[in-house]
Amino acid sequence: MSVEATPAGRLAAFLARTPYIAFLGMRAELAGDEMTAILPFSPHLIGNTLLPALHGGVLGAFMEMTALAQLAVISGGQRPAKTIDVTIDYLRPGRAMDTYARAQIKKVGRRISSVHVEAWQEARAKPVAAIRGHFQMPVEG
Amino acid sequence: MVKPPQFIAAMTGPLDETAARHMVTRTPQTEALGFQFVSISEARGAIRAPWRADLVGDPKTGVIASGVVTTLLDHVCGLAIRSANAVPQGTLDLRIDYMRPARSKADLIAEGHCYKLTRTIAFVRALAHDGDPADPVATAQAAFALIGGGA
Repeated sequence: MSVEATPAGRLAAFLARTPYIAFLGMRAELAGDEMTAILPFSPHLIGNTLLPALHGGVLGAFMEMTALAQLAVISGGQRPAKTIDVTIDYLRPGRAMDTYARAQIKKVGRRISSVHVEAWQEARAKPVAAIRGHFQMPVEG
Repeated sequence: MVKPPQFIAAMTGPLDETAARHMVTRTPQTEALGFQFVSISEARGAIRAPWRADLVGDPKTGVIASGVVTTLLDHVCGLAIRSANAVPQGTLDLRIDYMRPARSKADLIAEGHCYKLTRTIAFVRALAHDGDPADPVATAQAAFALIGGGA
């Protein structure tokens, strides 16, 4: 059985093959079928040195990568899904600390899936940002 | 949220080319991404994101990750607002549509236009392209909260 035949194997393969995920320093953990993505704080993620705050683009990108990771867990393709569109809501400033995110797949289609993601820092009930996105599912072969 | 006075002082001066270049290249995240200043004009700004192997999303295609495009578009919206003599406090929302994949190993250029300011909000459109603005890789629509009431 290939390692990509398990959800944990598919997640590990997705994280390892995406150079930009290494640039962010993003990790993810799987507990059963629930994935939590983790973006450990690093100085290079800062967008405003005087607050200081994470760059808004980093929060958006982290949540988008969380959606793609969650899709990789369920779909198991060799290729990542492709983003069609995302709408990012910024709810609170992203502070200079670790950030977490979880994705909810609202619909999986053969061609297009819809995913919501929320990111938080100190408290899950106080999200710092959220996205809704549509993703083109990979065509295998 | 209360802003430290030095933050306001650093961000509210007139945006000359030196300040704009600093905003594009000297933020830790934009410096890490290697963003380059392209231009500013009234309520408009442009930034280049040079292709780099460690910023790729799918190694099989060599295309820059969509996450880099997100940060590029967010930042060029902020630059356009500063070019309109307003000071962004933060992004409220940012909608991005990906029209097509960028070409393999292509640099990306983003152009933003702050087309409407109210006392508290800036409305901005932006696009990212890999050579031809008429054939964009991605387009964006954003609303930003302003510090100090805007222009």
